[in-house]
Amino acid sequence: MSTSATDPSPAATERDVPVLRAVGLTKHFPVRGRRGAVVHAVDDVDLTLHRGEVVALVGESGSGKSTIARLLAQLMPRTAGSLELHGRDATVRRRRGFRAYVGRVQMIFQDPFGSLNPVHTVRYTLSRSVRIHQGRLRGAELEAAIERLLERVRLSPTERYIDKFPHELSGGQRQRVAIARALAADPEVLLADEPISMLDVSIRLGILNLLQDLRDRLDIAILYITHDIASARYFADRTAVMYAGRVVETGDSESVTQDPRHPYTQLLIGSAPDPDDLATRAHGARGEAPSLVDPPAGCRFHPRCPFATDVCRTETPTLIEVAAGRAVACWGYADRADRPRLGDVLDAYGRRTDEGGTP
Amino acid sequence: MTASTLDVPAPTGAVGEPVLEIENLSVDYGYVDDATHVLRDVSLTLHRGEVLGLAGESGCGKSTLAYAATRLLPPPGLITSGSVHFTDRDGRRTDVLRQSDAELRASRWRDTAIVFQGAMNSLNPVYRVGRQIADGILAHRPGMRRREAWDQAASLLEMVGINADRLRDFPHQLSGGMRQRVMIAMALALDPQVLIMDEPTTALDVVMQRQIVEEIADLRQRLGFSVVFITHDVSLLIEIADRIAIMYAGDIVEDAGAEEIYRRPRHPYSSALLHSFPPLRGERRELTGIPGAPPDMHRLPPGCPFAPRCAHAMDVCREVRPGLTATALGDRGAQEAARRVACHLHDPASAGAHGLPPDLSR
Repeated sequence: MSTSATDPSPAATERDVPVLRAVGLTKHFPVRGRRGAVVHAVDDVDLTLHRGEVVALVGESGSGKSTIARLLAQLMPRTAGSLELHGRDATVRRRRGFRAYVGRVQMIFQDPFGSLNPVHTVRYTLSRSVRIHQGRLRGAELEAAIERLLERVRLSPTERYIDKFPHELSGGQRQRVAIARALAADPEVLLADEPISMLDVSIRLGILNLLQDLRDRLDIAILYITHDIASARYFADRTAVMYAGRVVETGDSESVTQDPRHPYTQLLIGSAPDPDDLATRAHGARGEAPSLVDPPAGCRFHPRCPFATDVCRTETPTLIEVAAGRAVACWGYADRADRPRLGDVLDAYGRRTDEGGTP
Repeated sequence: MTASTLDVPAPTGAVGEPVLEIENLSVDYGYVDDATHVLRDVSLTLHRGEVLGLAGESGCGKSTLAYAATRLLPPPGLITSGSVHFTDRDGRRTDVLRQSDAELRASRWRDTAIVFQGAMNSLNPVYRVGRQIADGILAHRPGMRRREAWDQAASLLEMVGINADRLRDFPHQLSGGMRQRVMIAMALALDPQVLIMDEPTTALDVVMQRQIVEEIADLRQRLGFSVVFITHDVSLLIEIADRIAIMYAGDIVEDAGAEEIYRRPRHPYSSALLHSFPPLRGERRELTGIPGAPPDMHRLPPGCPFAPRCAHAMDVCREVRPGLTATALGDRGAQEAARRVACHLHDPASAGAHGLPPDLSR
């Protein structure tokens, strides 16, 4: 967990200013061949990243997680919303501004097979990044900088890796090179878009532990994008759960995973395989994520939600605070007379294992 | 589900007898001098009505094993030795590796059906899904009328929980989960006895994964086929499989009941693999994963392929490749005696004074 909570040093006030803050982030993609139709990929998402903190963004494929990463990295323009770096507007318009921004916010991609140029050695890949971000280093200085980077991502002895081509490295080693390349910029924010999902199961934890270690030593803020909520619990301090382009629940990872409040989060947790607890399964759940071209009115989860009422079908819920540091976008937690009565999602979805039998 | 109205043949053949017996199967990629041995003397038996999980990391040979056993292995894959026997519902035993092309063609899909990895892309995008199912049925039932085949396709779709009016949809009109269901419906069209599923849920999110897995469990109960379920997600396997075989670098390293593997792993790799998944519930603890990386199959070290990454490796592990044998704890009852593990720690002669480490002898 974050070490900053108990630290009352003067630096604490500086910590309160988030490194990166997005408010009302929205991205609509035009649909080809249909005038005026748009895909509501991301709608009205607020996100804050603090120094030395890992925030996980969890959701199924198509829920807009990667779009958020690309918006935060400013790889594409946003439809609406604002982006602040240390409290100041960070919108970049020109190349020079973008270069400066990239020096502070770096991204790691999902596929280490695609994100490294196959015709260049590790040395070349890293020296490009070093020379762009750390000035025109040459000779021994450059060499030392590259070695420092490789050591930082635990690729040592460095001489064994420095002259290798990407195809000579394993998936985990390639992802480490990609991380080293991002670290060359000495970034304050690392946007990690599913950094482990293409890797072998046995080496995934090694990469997560490396990122955790970098967070502790270099005090960077990390946005960890994943579809695996168990790894979010393991790695992230805070977790935000997305559904169909909106954030439906936020809070510290432990309480979001152990005591989910939004029906979707409950369904997600109840669906994850867990050999220790076969009885509490969301059996017989039906339906799938809606089309984002014409997303359902009101709460986007209402067509699948067993507790949905008329409010859910007409009005869009905003994030409602339910406990310290926890917020849920569900009318069930609103203070109004016509709110839906929430029950146990596992019960609502029909049968549990102990009832057994065919439906 | 609407499927309960469907006319379903009662499961035949005694539960528990072997359906598919793979013995000492070896597969090479490439030719004589420069061959990579991707499977080395693998033996595995699938029993009737059983869900057998095949787990391991990418490149460990789990898909190769399934494709070799069905003779679907594309060149340069080459079966160099071993045998595969399939036993019919009436007890007729055929050697799959010696079948003629015509026999093979007839038995595929009817005896053994496969749901391929990335089923999303296995459907032909330019034909309606109904036609694709019907075509398959007609290829095996020459006398059948097209109308009948479409009707059967409709009931198959309903069996996997898709409305029959989706028959006239093209694959792109279906979501990923539905396409996966169509693939499963298609595989079940000829009432096969063995269903091989190669990472059927990898591309789906957990909610859909659970729906598909439940569907399979349900169908198996009603139709009585056996399943080989290939995945890298061991925690999913523990839930759905009766028995799990864990593979590493072209070998089966442990073969035991699902619950047994989870509670009491006997091979260091199984144990480490289980600890590579952060738990969703229970205590939050520091995990390490497995140091190192899976070996290069082209340059396998002598001895046990897991030895370089193994915390318990001994000298003998680096020299002699362990065979799949009984565990050192065979006196603990029938369940334990039925387990197989490939590890020198279970050989009293080589384990020496150390004996079994505590995490492998629970």
